[in-house]
This record gives sequence, structure tokens and C-alpha cells, in this order.
Amino acid sequence: MTSLILRTATRLLLAVLLLFSVFLLLRGHDLPGGGFIGGLVAASALALYALAFGSSAAAALLPVGPRPLMGVGLSAAALAGLLAALAGRPFLTGLWFVQDFGGYTLKLSTPLLFDVGVYLVVVGVVLTMVFGLEDD
Amino acid sequence: MSSWWTVAPVALPLAAAALAFALVGQRSAQRVIATLTALALVPLSVALLMRVSQLGIQTAQLGDWPAPFGIAFVADHFSAIMVVITAIMAAATAIYALSDIDPARESLQYHPLFLVLVAGVNGAFLTGDLFNLYVWFEVLLISSFALLTLGNLRNQLEGGLKYVAVNLVSSLLFLASIGIVYGLTGTLNFADLAVALRDAPAGLVTVVAMLFLVAFGIKAAIFPLFFWLPASYHTPPIAISAFFAGMLTKVGVYALIRVFTLLFTHDVAWTHGVLAWLAALTMVIGVLGAAAQNEVHKILSFHIVSQIGYILMGLAIFTPLALAAAVFYLAHNIFAKANLFFIAGMMRRAGGSFDLGRLGGLYKTHLWLALLFIVSAFGLAGFPPLSGFWAKALVVLASLDAGNAWLAATALGVGLLTLYSMTKIWQGAFWAPAPTERAAGESASWPLVVPAVVLAGLTVVLGLASEPFIALANAAAAELMNPDLYIDAVLNGSLGTEVAP
Amino acid sequence: METAVAITVGIVFGSGVYLVLQRNLMRFIFGLILMSGAVNVSLFVAGRLTRGAPPLVPGGASVPPEGVANALPQALILTAIVIGFGLVAFALVLLLRTYERLGTVMTDELTERLDDPKPVPGFGDDDALRSDGAS
Repeated sequence: MTSLILRTATRLLLAVLLLFSVFLLLRGHDLPGGGFIGGLVAASALALYALAFGSSAAAALLPVGPRPLMGVGLSAAALAGLLAALAGRPFLTGLWFVQDFGGYTLKLSTPLLFDVGVYLVVVGVVLTMVFGLEDD
Repeated sequence: MSSWWTVAPVALPLAAAALAFALVGQRSAQRVIATLTALALVPLSVALLMRVSQLGIQTAQLGDWPAPFGIAFVADHFSAIMVVITAIMAAATAIYALSDIDPARESLQYHPLFLVLVAGVNGAFLTGDLFNLYVWFEVLLISSFALLTLGNLRNQLEGGLKYVAVNLVSSLLFLASIGIVYGLTGTLNFADLAVALRDAPAGLVTVVAMLFLVAFGIKAAIFPLFFWLPASYHTPPIAISAFFAGMLTKVGVYALIRVFTLLFTHDVAWTHGVLAWLAALTMVIGVLGAAAQNEVHKILSFHIVSQIGYILMGLAIFTPLALAAAVFYLAHNIFAKANLFFIAGMMRRAGGSFDLGRLGGLYKTHLWLALLFIVSAFGLAGFPPLSGFWAKALVVLASLDAGNAWLAATALGVGLLTLYSMTKIWQGAFWAPAPTERAAGESASWPLVVPAVVLAGLTVVLGLASEPFIALANAAAAELMNPDLYIDAVLNGSLGTEVAP
Repeated sequence: METAVAITVGIVFGSGVYLVLQRNLMRFIFGLILMSGAVNVSLFVAGRLTRGAPPLVPGGASVPPEGVANALPQALILTAIVIGFGLVAFALVLLLRTYERLGTVMTDELTERLDDPKPVPGFGDDDALRSDGAS
């Protein structure tokens, strides 16, 4: 597609959508949001880019292909489940690490790691399909 | 920490699949990961079975959420036996695949997909939750879709479309049935459901039971829902076909046995009567379909259907002996059937074709292959002292015990016809004179031979030293016939306090 | 309210079945999409339709307050939607590949085109992979 309007708008939207997807991902634990919806937003941003500039241009934006992305995401999710073993708890038990930094609370947890994994898997899966449907 | 034993057969292949996916492009690394994982599953699952034997039904509550609120994994004898079988099959297939799967398919992510498939199968065997069963079914389905069409050959696409279409409809029926069960009882945990369904209106429960019968029946390929199987199973490479032939329909059978022993036992005369008719028709139609085929792997595909009938028959009779027979039959059938596929793959390499008209003379050139075939084929047909003999004897004994002479007669008749198909392959491929012009056969490499020899050996061991295995099957049947053990282990075992259903 | 939704589910599911029975596989997939939508709504109805608050546990409490919506069907449907999405996307890609290789999406023409493919112009038709099942 060679619409000038689409291309210009996509350049602007891509960054906003990606930022928004990360916002959704991090917001997810206590409020509506999360890895799945964040991943979908990120994937649709890249799919939009693929529509405007072609899938090879969109693939070039990613440091790795969509399939390794799936792998890394799945590994992160699996790791989040397996970490519970270190604490001697059953598979997938949530572990929390809360730290205060002068008024700001940093909450890290295995559910967050799991969500990041989901985010990457969703981006990987959707892009595999988008690229698969678009090329050749 | 003990819950990890129950989760490991699912978590390990899943983690390995993730790792393999992350290593896209490194084919040899992926191959090593897949093979090692499949081999490691064997001791892990045997350890699980031993724990179940010694300590009773094992449960794991994922994320430490107590049943019936969280997702429970449950390993009773039946589940643990199935997990052990899966591990052995996964190891055999992984080794066979070293030589059978071409580099092009490896680049298309054969190895990670296979690991996901194994995780899905194990998940379906171990889960203690109806919706979770649906999820594992989908996990194994999506990876089986991808494996079946890997490479996009024309006949793979054509067969794959049928497989995908029918299985998607079956999944929807399954999901719709889950919705009705949830509306009826407000719970989805197997143990909790079993308790809640006792007070539910019997008519509605029967309707739901029949819905589940259709949904699982499609996956198990029972009559009249099996047409997708012979249309698709012969299209992918043999390593994939063999694992599908051995395991995938058996997941459907497992689900049938699980729900018709644990959940739907309110009106056995009606529900299991339907099962008995379906079992008989499945046996007969499957074996007749096979008689009409002329290619090795297509004959074998129809036989999968026929053999499902025997297992279903054990469930339909619904006595401890019959269920033990069904469990033993499952184990025997998976090994013998998958091995016949492995051997068919070697026959194609040796003779250049699957077509019996074009094969021939393999007895002279490949004596060892003929021996392997004889052991597995006669094992399947039920010759003493091989595993199939005990499996069939138990099924027939159980049906005579229950006064079901017509079912026993059908089983014996179908056994004869099975023998007919096997002698047809023997005659066509091994004894018939070799065709005059034939492409030079490839020699079989060790990764092809070793799994076939091991599985043939298992057929012999299951036959000659059947006693401990039948004891295990009896233990599984005893638990299946007494659902209170399962319910108690899930709802009270790990909790210590009573949970109101 | 449940009755009205149940009737809607019936109509949508029925339309899906009608489409699934068509020879055109594209319509088959549309039928599947309709059916899975209907099934998801029926799952939702199975959890009873109540006008409840969002099922969120307020800070400090360990149970949600009275009168919140039933969260379980929502979780089930979300999972089912994700799975359905993946399966339909896969089926679409598969159908596209079939169309490229066999030149048709009609079920009755698929089998006869196996040996006599009519590749769509512009798509490659290379048999790079060893054919295992070809008879």
C-alpha cells in the first residue's frame, strides 16, 4: 500500500502505540490491562507498519524474528513458573519482591515476569501470522 | 515440593519447547534439546508412577491455590501409566525423527512443535479440571495441526484441512458442553464436579454426557466420527504419523474413560449401553475399511480406528476387569501401532513405496525388518504370547463375565479380520516376488532401527511377563471404579480441611 | 434475560452450522467464527447474567465485596477467545496455502486436484520437500 497519509500516520502512531502497549503491560497487575492486551496492541502497531511499508520493513524493526520472540517469551513465562521451586512452593506460585525507594515502591514479582512472557509470545504469534499471511 | 513430581511431565517439555523456540535457526541444538528432553521424561514419569503406586493418588495445586478454586493436577494410576507411555513414545519418536525428519522440516520448527505436543498430551492426562483439559487439548491440537501440515505438501494440505476442520468443530462442541456443565453445577474441577453432578437432574446430565461423547468421540475417532483420521494420518512423515497414531486418538479415549468413570455414572445402563454399540461398530467398520486399502500406512490408519473399539468396549462393560483390560489394551495398542508405523516407514525406505503392489521381496533382502514386522503385527492381531493376546483375552473375558456374549464374539471376529490385514501386508511386502524394476532402497540407519526394536521388545515383554503390568492395570481400574478415592485426594488430600463443594 | 440470550445463541450457532455445511471452505471458516462466538456467549450465560460491580478485590480486603460479577466465566471466555483466535488464524493461513498449491477452496474439488494441481498464477509450486505420503 502506498498511501502517503497511511505512511505518515503510521510513523507517528507506531511509537505511541508501542509506548501504550508497555503502559498496558505494566499497569496490568492491579488494574485492567496486562501482557495479553499489551502484546496485542504492540502487535497491531507492527502489523499496521507492515501494512504501510511491507512486512520486510516491519520485520527489520525487530531485533529478532517473531519466532525467537515467541521462544523468549515462552521461556520467560516458564521461568516465572519454575522460580517457585527455589522457594519450595508449587509450580506457578507467585513470588513478590517489594522494595521502597524514598517514597516510591518498586514491586517486582514472578507474575510480572509471566506477563512479560505473555506479551512477547503474543507479539511473536500475531506477527508470525501477519507475516505468514502477507508475504509470498 | 512433592507436587513438582506431578507437574514435571508437563513443565519439562514446555520449558524445553520454549528454549528450542528461542534457538530458531540452530537445528542441531534444537535436535539435542528435543531428544534429551524426551529421554529425560522416561525416568521422570516412571518415578511419578512409582510414587503413585507407593503413596496413592498425587495432586498438585498450581500456584498454591487450593482445589476446587485453582487448577489441580492429579496423577492416579491411570494418568501415571498414560504419562509413562507418552514418555516412552516421545523418546522413541525423537530418536526415529533424527533420521526421518528432513532438514527443511527441522527449519520449520519441527522440534519445538513436537515438544509442545508432548506437553499438551501430558497436560491432558494429568489435569484435574475440565476447562484445563480443554486448554491442553487445544495445545496439543494446534501443535498437531502445525506438525501435520509441516512442509505444505499438497496431500498434507488436503488431509490437514479435513483434520483441522473436524477437530475445530469438536473443540467447539467440547467448549459448549463445558458451558452447560458449568451452568448446571457452578464448578469445573473434576472431583468437585463428580460430587455436584450426583445431585443434578439425571436427564440433563445424560444430555451433557452425550455431548461429551460426541466431542471426545471425534478426537478418539470412534464410529461414526472417524472419517477425518484415515484421510489425514498418512500424509506427514512417518515419525509424526507414528506419534499421532499411537498417542493422539488415545488422548480422546483417555478423556472418555475419565469422564465416563468419574462424572457420568448416574445411568450406566443407558450411557454405557450406547458406548457398547459404538465400540462394536467402531471395531467392525474400522477393520472393514482397512481390508479395502492397498497401501501399508493407509491400512494401518484404519486399524487405529478398529483398535479404539476394543478399548471403548472395556469402558462400556464397566467392570473392574473390563477397565483393567481397557488400560492394558491402551498400553499394548500404543506400542504395537506406533511400531507398525515405524516399520512401515522403513519398508518404504527399503522398497521405495507404501503401495503393496509395488513392494515385495523384502523377506529376502531385509530379514530383520520382516522379523520386526511379524512381532508387531502378530502382537496387534493378538497371537500368544505377545501383548495383544493378553489384551484381547482380558477384553473378551470381561465381556463374557458381564454376560455380553455378542460383544465378545464381535471382538473375536474383528481379531480374525485384523490378522487378515496383517497377512495382506506380509504377503504383499515380504513374500511376493520383488518387482522387476525398483528404485534402489536406502539402507536403514540406527535411529530408525533402535526405536522399532525397543517397541517390539516391549510388545514381547508385555506378553511374556505380563503379570506386573496387569497388576498395574488392575490398580488403575480399581481407582477408576471407586471415584471417591480421586475426589478425596483432590479435595482433602493436599488441603487438610474440608472444602464445601 | 437469559432466555433472550439463549435464543440469540441458538440463532447465531445455527447460522454458523449452516455456513459450516457449505462446500466453500472460506464459508466454513466464517461458520466456525460464528459458532465460537455463540459458544462463548453461552459460556457467559452459564455463569448467570447479573448486573454486578467489576470483580476486583479492594486494597486491604481478602475477598471481593458483595454483588460483584462472576469472574470465572469471564476468565474462561477470555481463554477461549484467545485459543479460538489462534485456531482460526491458523485455519486461515492453512486455507491460503491450500489455495496457492491446489488452486481451489471447494471441498469437492480438493481431492481431484491432488494429482492435477492448478497452481494459482504468481505463487510458486516447488516440491522442495521430500514427499512421504504421495502414492
